[in-house]
Amino acid sequence: MTLTLDAPRIVETRPLLEVKAVSKSYGPVQAVRNVSAHAYPGEVLGIVGESGSGKSTLLRMMNLEEIPETGSYTLDLPDVSGNLFELDRFARRMLCATKIGIVYQNPHLGLLMKHSSSGNVAERLLVAGERSFATLRQAATEALDASEFPLDRLDAPPIELSGGMQQRVQLAKAIALEPALLLLDEPTTGLDVSVQALVLDTLKRLQQDRQITMVIVSHDLGVIRTLADRVMVMRRGEVVETGLADQIFQDPQHPYTQQLVHAKL
Amino acid sequence: MSLSTLTKPWEAMSYGFLDGSAKRELRRKMLKSVAVPGCQMPYASREVPMARGWGTGGLQVSLTLVNPQTRVKVIDQGADDSVNAASIRRFIARVAGTPTTMDTLEADLIQSRHRIPEEVLRDDQVLVLQVPNPEPLRPVQPNMSIARQMHADADYGRMWLQLYEQIVRSGRVMQGASYPSLVHGRHVMTPSPIPRWDVPKLHMAKHLTILSAGREKRIFAVPPYTRVEPLVFSDVPYKVEDHGNLTCTRSGTTGFFMNEIPQDDSSSAFEVSDSEWGVKTIRAREGEGESRGETWYKDGEMPQ
Ligand SMILES: Nc1ncnc2c1ncn2[C@@H]1O[C@H](COP(=O)(O)OP(=O)(O)OP(=O)(O)O)[C@@H](O)[C@H]1O
Ligand SMILES: [Mg+2]
Repeated sequence: MTLTLDAPRIVETRPLLEVKAVSKSYGPVQAVRNVSAHAYPGEVLGIVGESGSGKSTLLRMMNLEEIPETGSYTLDLPDVSGNLFELDRFARRMLCATKIGIVYQNPHLGLLMKHSSSGNVAERLLVAGERSFATLRQAATEALDASEFPLDRLDAPPIELSGGMQQRVQLAKAIALEPALLLLDEPTTGLDVSVQALVLDTLKRLQQDRQITMVIVSHDLGVIRTLADRVMVMRRGEVVETGLADQIFQDPQHPYTQQLVHAKL
Repeated sequence: MSLSTLTKPWEAMSYGFLDGSAKRELRRKMLKSVAVPGCQMPYASREVPMARGWGTGGLQVSLTLVNPQTRVKVIDQGADDSVNAASIRRFIARVAGTPTTMDTLEADLIQSRHRIPEEVLRDDQVLVLQVPNPEPLRPVQPNMSIARQMHADADYGRMWLQLYEQIVRSGRVMQGASYPSLVHGRHVMTPSPIPRWDVPKLHMAKHLTILSAGREKRIFAVPPYTRVEPLVFSDVPYKVEDHGNLTCTRSGTTGFFMNEIPQDDSSSAFEVSDSEWGVKTIRAREGEGESRGETWYKDGEMPQ
């Protein structure tokens, strides 16, 4: 009997997300310098690094909110091709609305605080062209339910909600259109530890149920450790180390990473 | 050769009050606005002897379009005889020597605030609407430069969200006058504060409509045979005001937009808002002959 071995999945599949050699500066500040990153379908890529190391800037570029001076960005999806940084504003907006979801650290950036929570989620579908009220209502309810938002607060404005609930509204908005890519910028920072654990639970469950590719940014190694398959360590706008999560946590190579891991443990 | 042979003879004012360059500016901007239906064009709004907010935008358009043969009708909330309508009409007649009329069918140019006449306009007629707030995005985006960008991107998600919120909060769309409408499938415009009743009259109309805001210095247009579609969800139909069954207490006409007149016993009486339509109805009733034309609404319904 001959045993045929399948090639590991990772060898066969192409990365869903690929960012190559991006650089971005704000005046004299070089926020991101020559950074490349990729994520395979269904994989969770964690980005850690100290404050000001360019994590959020990189994530904003992945959400096409920010266009770098150099570098390219591709998503391996049907109907999507070429360097996404070269898309016009209109195409960029459609792509972001339909393929990418984002959760910001600060809910004020991602939510309309005085509109209803369900309306915040529905806006996504409206931008994508949905025009049936019943469908909007149902899709918003389902997305909020999936992110474990209490449905009796469906139409409460986020300004009246707790921080944890606001993050769930952001999450519901991000997943409403079943995006291929979910970007999370410090989704649990600012929440107290027990709420943080609940939000992390939700994220983990979503990841398992839907196989969404995620990029999660945090300076909290605990969060990264819980969720990420692979980790990228950034410092002063550059990637200093990248590897499988276990590898980075067990056997950090770069002195900065060693410091980071030891400080945490 | 003396200086007096080179200069024009003295005149108290230019024809139609506005000077040549002001009219040229307006004509250019009108052409542009016709070329891109529903898109707001900025223009150099001039001073006219009337305070901003009283129809200076509409007046400038009318003054530019008239010639001595143009028969002018002016209405305010449907009435030809309100003070504001009467003064604008008198002013245009005085500075441009135009004949005036109250009959919608006889008019070549109709300047209006808040209403579109009930009788169908023809392709040789022009409707000029006075607009106080030309920007439909203002309630959702106070920053006007961002709003302009949103128009450029056809980014109307927030506009729709506003309707969603109204239905969630009140069970129905609350927007009364100036119902936001998509023109030619591209630009969302505010059709000035005309009631919802009047918006369907703009859809595929034979006449040209020019909307002008004097204070905000914006002009936009609905050319003949252009789609004007109120923003509505596919499963929440557009509703006009519930006036289809009301009867005018003065003329007895039924099925048109009415003004509500509170009575002493706290009930309401109704009077048809298009005053000339009421007058024509009374004339017909008293045997002075039929002068009423075809109307947009038939038996209180707008035919599809
Ligand atoms: N819009 C901007 N204008 C000017 N400078 C900016 C802007 N955004 C980011 N920067 C600068 O770029 C650098 C990287 O910022 P970034 O927000 O990406 O860091 P970060 O890694 O997310 O930090 P933190 O962990 O504190 O969120 C910082 O020096 C920051 O001051
Ligand atoms: Mg950040």
